[in-house]
Amino acid sequence: MSAVLQVHDLDVHHGQLRAVSGLDLELDAGGKVAVIGANGAGKTTLLRCLAGALPASSGRVLLDGEDVTELPAHRRVRRGVALVPEGRRLFPSLTVEENLLTGRNAGRSGSWDLAAVYELFDWMPERRRQPSGSLSGGQQQAVAIGRALMTNPRVLMLDELSLGLAPVVVRRIYETLPRIVAEGCAVLLVEQDVSQAMAVADHVHCLLEGRTTLAGPPSQLDRAAVEAAYFGLAEA
Amino acid sequence: MDVVNALAQGLLLGGLYALFACGLSVVFGVMRIVNLAHGDLAIVAAFCAFVTLSATSLPLWLVAVVTVPVFSVVGYLTQRLLLQRSLQSGPLATLLVTFGLSVVIQNLLLELFSADTRTLDAGSFATSALEVGDVSLSYVGITGLVLAVGSIVAIQLFLSRTSSGRIMRATSDDPQTAALVGADARRVYGIASAIAFATVAMAGIVMAIRSSFDPSLGPAQLLFAFEAVVIGGLGSLWGTLLGGLALGVVQSLVAVADPSSSVLAGHLLFLLVLAFRPQGLVPARAS
Amino acid sequence: MSAGVPAVSRSGRSTRPTSVVGAVLLLVLVALPFLVYEDVTSSLVSLFVLIVIASMWNLLAGFGGLVSVGQQAFIGVGAYTVVALADAGVPPYLGVLMAAVTAAALALPTSFLAFRLRGDYFAVGTWVIAEVYRLVLVKIDSLGGPSGRSLTGMNDVDATMRAAFTYWLALGVAVVSVATCFWLLRGRIGLALTAVRDDEVAARASGVDVTRAKRVMYLVSAAGCGAAGGVLVVDALSVQPNAIFSVQWSASMIFIVVIGGIGYLEGPIVGAIVYFLLQQVLADAGSWYLVLLGCVAILVATRLPRGLWGTVHDRWGLSLFPVDYRVTRAPAAEPCPAVRT
Ligand SMILES: Nc1ncnc2c1ncn2[C@@H]1O[C@H](COP(=O)(O)OP(=O)(O)O)[C@@H](O)[C@H]1O
Ligand SMILES: [Mg+2]
Repeated sequence: MSAVLQVHDLDVHHGQLRAVSGLDLELDAGGKVAVIGANGAGKTTLLRCLAGALPASSGRVLLDGEDVTELPAHRRVRRGVALVPEGRRLFPSLTVEENLLTGRNAGRSGSWDLAAVYELFDWMPERRRQPSGSLSGGQQQAVAIGRALMTNPRVLMLDELSLGLAPVVVRRIYETLPRIVAEGCAVLLVEQDVSQAMAVADHVHCLLEGRTTLAGPPSQLDRAAVEAAYFGLAEA
Repeated sequence: MDVVNALAQGLLLGGLYALFACGLSVVFGVMRIVNLAHGDLAIVAAFCAFVTLSATSLPLWLVAVVTVPVFSVVGYLTQRLLLQRSLQSGPLATLLVTFGLSVVIQNLLLELFSADTRTLDAGSFATSALEVGDVSLSYVGITGLVLAVGSIVAIQLFLSRTSSGRIMRATSDDPQTAALVGADARRVYGIASAIAFATVAMAGIVMAIRSSFDPSLGPAQLLFAFEAVVIGGLGSLWGTLLGGLALGVVQSLVAVADPSSSVLAGHLLFLLVLAFRPQGLVPARAS
Repeated sequence: MSAGVPAVSRSGRSTRPTSVVGAVLLLVLVALPFLVYEDVTSSLVSLFVLIVIASMWNLLAGFGGLVSVGQQAFIGVGAYTVVALADAGVPPYLGVLMAAVTAAALALPTSFLAFRLRGDYFAVGTWVIAEVYRLVLVKIDSLGGPSGRSLTGMNDVDATMRAAFTYWLALGVAVVSVATCFWLLRGRIGLALTAVRDDEVAARASGVDVTRAKRVMYLVSAAGCGAAGGVLVVDALSVQPNAIFSVQWSASMIFIVVIGGIGYLEGPIVGAIVYFLLQQVLADAGSWYLVLLGCVAILVATRLPRGLWGTVHDRWGLSLFPVDYRVTRAPAAEPCPAVRT
């Protein structure tokens, strides 16, 4: 398989602070990569940078082999990189359906449209006229995913889907992932829950203080090594 | 009936204020800034129409119909080329830039046209009126009110029904997330600015037909527009309409008793609202 | 976080020489009426007024984050206070002091209204309030109504003496204003506002009474503008409401501070001198002068947001009035990401 997204030696700063350093990553079409790491490890910073919302200080981001490092967020989503941001960030003055429709602004055609999203989340049509703030946390997360899908991305990035949600709700949301991947889109997800990530992804990437401490397919990683890499307990 | 007449005239005047204010309201809603040159732009529009009218033999309505879209283009460009830059340099910069713009415009007009007062000659349209009982409603005044209501309806429809309007609301909520769905904030702000310039140009031309104008009148129009927005409630276009009407009615009613106090009364209404109902008459939908 | 140990210092490189040069300059300025012709000192009066009002605006906007377009309210109030008190027999020079007090006293209730508005809305709101002051004052017939009034109680003073006294008064007000800004910003309020400027949310959370600090700034700034208004009326011997309450004063303050450098005590002084010189050079250019000035302000605001002084300061670390705590952080040897818990 060919890589959709390639990241080479990426550095991202918040002011003086280097939140991501020397990061390399590859994502194949149809692949599912999970980035794990403790709070403050730099996961959100990484995804926001890949989405174009934060500038890279150095390094390169390639999409289908093309350098997109300098593209701002609104142009990157038009090339097929979508981010479901941490904390969902729905537009509060828009209804559910309007939130979804904003995804069309990316101007990409594909299999995801309102009908497809409504089929994926069957409760949504009933609520489409409601203000997005009136939904529960899990429902909001689903709308945020739907909104990103509406851009028909090549790469879908999901930042801490499970944040603040009950386990059942989280499970139901993760159950939709295979459908999404089946449509041919690669998924890069950030998760704090290690076992969740290991169960879903076909490749795990562990971050500690902005650096990769461990990477590989879940089947080849043993529990203790992951824990050490996650918390930075011993040298990995 | 003096009072009934004053009330009617106040509503017409208030319509004009609302027309001045709706652009201010849109721009603040989307970008959280006030263009301090807003009022001066209306005067520029009036002078543009004045010059075109005296240089050509075109009818006034045609001049107006041309001026408004030209202004919206100028608005888009002003945003992209001048204000966008200052938006990025922090909250102070836009105020300073628009204030500088206001001073530049006023003094440029002063040099070009002197301080003499002028009127836009609209022939019989300017002087004829609709007689309703004892009350006479000037066609110009009615035009102002109709344009205000029409503009607000149009802007509301644009915001709620079109995809550009939707993205404008999204950008107003959260510009960073809007960028993640492909919204180019610069373009959105340009469109908001175009709307503001177009409506204020209409207001300027209507005002110039109603009464005489000179280069120094811009700031007063800015203040009335601003008061209409605050009285009505930030973030609500219908509130802005109501605020404009309230301002016009109060000014007009007080003028019956003491013409020299009418502007002061309007300002006091604004201060009263600020003191006792800071959310305005029509508070924006709580999110 | 283990960045290099930060060193906090206050004195800039040029602080000490400043005091010496400053003292000499002040002596020369005080002695000036004995040294030069009256037209020099009388034009310096307007320079001093510019320095006062610009310093006050800088205090408000540059440190308090309150961008006002309505400080002319207090210039007008100050001027009218002097006129009214002179009618009651108070000597106008003393009246200037009372002008400052009156302006501050009126600024207190005003602040409660104005502070309901934030950001750009505060700016326009203060402008409306200034208009209200003007429209109310012109209703008072004894103060001359819309056509204004002349100042009484100055006829028995010899013209030369009057010019000298007015000059010293203006100089005194300017020195006190700049010194007050300096003193305020070195104190707790300055610290509070610096904290707010850096991070308002964090400052509020850590117990800084932001609103109170801002209100103090607002009152002090009103007092300074009131005194400036007093000086203007003592200098001109008459007051005209539309002129004294003109938004043009705000334009002057803003342009001076923006060009000089907002947020630096030196900014308004540098800006006022530039503004004053331009005014002298372009005296015959009429309104073109303001067109030019507006364009310069727009350019500076977008291209040189730290103004003339800020640019000098950034490049050479020059500072005449050391008020900001400068934290010099030794560069960290190793990147050291903080771990959030
Ligand atoms: N906007 C910001 N400004 C400054 N520092 C930030 C900002 N966002 C995150 N950081 C810092 O960057 C580091 C990485 O944060 P983040 O990417 O949010 O981590 P994660 O998502 O893994 O919890 C943390 O030390 C955090 O404090
Ligand atoms: Mg995170």
